[in-house]
Amino acid sequence: MQPVLFFVIVTTMFPLALSPELSRLRDVAPGVLWVAALLSSLLALEFLFRDDAQDGTLEQFALSGQSLTWLLFAKTFSHWLLTGLPLAIVAPISAGALGVDFGAMPGVIASLALGSFGLSLIGAIGAGLTLGVQRGGVLLSLLTLPLAVPILIFGARATELAIYREPYGAPLYLLAALAVLGLTLAPLGAAAAVRIGLE
Amino acid sequence: MNWTWFHRLGSPPHIYKLAGTLTPWFAWSAALLITYGLIGGVVLAPTDYQQKDAYRIIYVHAPSAWLSLMIYTTMAVSAAIGLIWRMKVAHALAAACAPIGAWFTVAALGTGMLWGKPMWGAYWAWDPRLTAELVLLFLYMGYMGLRAGIEDTQRADRASAVLAIVGVINVPIVKYSVEWWNSLHQSASVMKMGKPDIVPEMLIPLLVMFVGFTLLFAALVLIRLRAEILRRERAASWLRAEVLA
Repeated sequence: MQPVLFFVIVTTMFPLALSPELSRLRDVAPGVLWVAALLSSLLALEFLFRDDAQDGTLEQFALSGQSLTWLLFAKTFSHWLLTGLPLAIVAPISAGALGVDFGAMPGVIASLALGSFGLSLIGAIGAGLTLGVQRGGVLLSLLTLPLAVPILIFGARATELAIYREPYGAPLYLLAALAVLGLTLAPLGAAAAVRIGLE
Repeated sequence: MNWTWFHRLGSPPHIYKLAGTLTPWFAWSAALLITYGLIGGVVLAPTDYQQKDAYRIIYVHAPSAWLSLMIYTTMAVSAAIGLIWRMKVAHALAAACAPIGAWFTVAALGTGMLWGKPMWGAYWAWDPRLTAELVLLFLYMGYMGLRAGIEDTQRADRASAVLAIVGVINVPIVKYSVEWWNSLHQSASVMKMGKPDIVPEMLIPLLVMFVGFTLLFAALVLIRLRAEILRRERAASWLRAEVLA
């Protein structure tokens, strides 16, 4: 729940810092929504494997004889269901507060849902790599943010086009392609990372 | 065919000695070529009809940019070799590459900004190639940060290797960004099939600079590799014998 709250609060800060003028807020809304979503998903990623690493669940996963890749994928998917998807669902409230019309909401929700899924997958690698690191939160951001750049670009683009009522299919497809790429490769990377972390 | 020379590449004592022997050769030829390239490029080459003398920064900019990508690829490949075949020397090489690559990335970005001010009217533009190069710098930083964050050398090696391999996806993006997107950055005038777009008086010093910078990297990485082996093998008896000799 906390990442979602964080997302809502961060997006609330912008009208206070920028200007309460809705037309101006609407122009910056895609950037605000996406950077806030990126930060809140980073915040959530820190907890993706941490508790399981501490109480030994991850070791049991690795020893269970089941494919660690699939187990970690399931873990990442449920993580997204609990942090990424709620973010996409509450996004219309934040977007509405930034002056985005109701008609743009399907685009906002779709792009954030797809994008946060990709972010969770990429972040799983970073979370696995920083398992043994003391206070790894900042390092996790340092590792994940550069890799998240394409998602940010296409996601913010899709949201922007949706807000201006233009066809936003193209960036959304690219976002979906990135999510599929992440779906194929990221669990493998995360499994390799977690194995190294458990050594 | 005799493969002993190949297997010996995996042995730290052998590499330590080999690197020591090779470093002066690389360093001196790099010094010669860079001196020649700088004189040829900055003094002798004709002035560009459009960019005037400002284009001369290319003699530092293009080789640095090439190295920023080449070093990352080298780093990722040797990290992968280290990860797959558990080769200690390959990990040491990857560790030695990272700071050098990061500095060449800084050099490419810095010289590009100095050139951008008179040519584009701004130090920085949010252009695909520039952004991707900046992301490359962040990847180097993340790589070094992860290495520094994990105390155990072997675990640091393996974890950072995974990161290096994942980050390699950025290399083709930087390389081809100019062709994929309508970038502000000019497209390559040298590395083209057929006839290059620039006259030989400009081209030859540039090519010399490419070779010189690559040799400079080779010399630097070997020095760092030796330091890295020194640190890693500090408890080994061969090193004791080597240092005391």
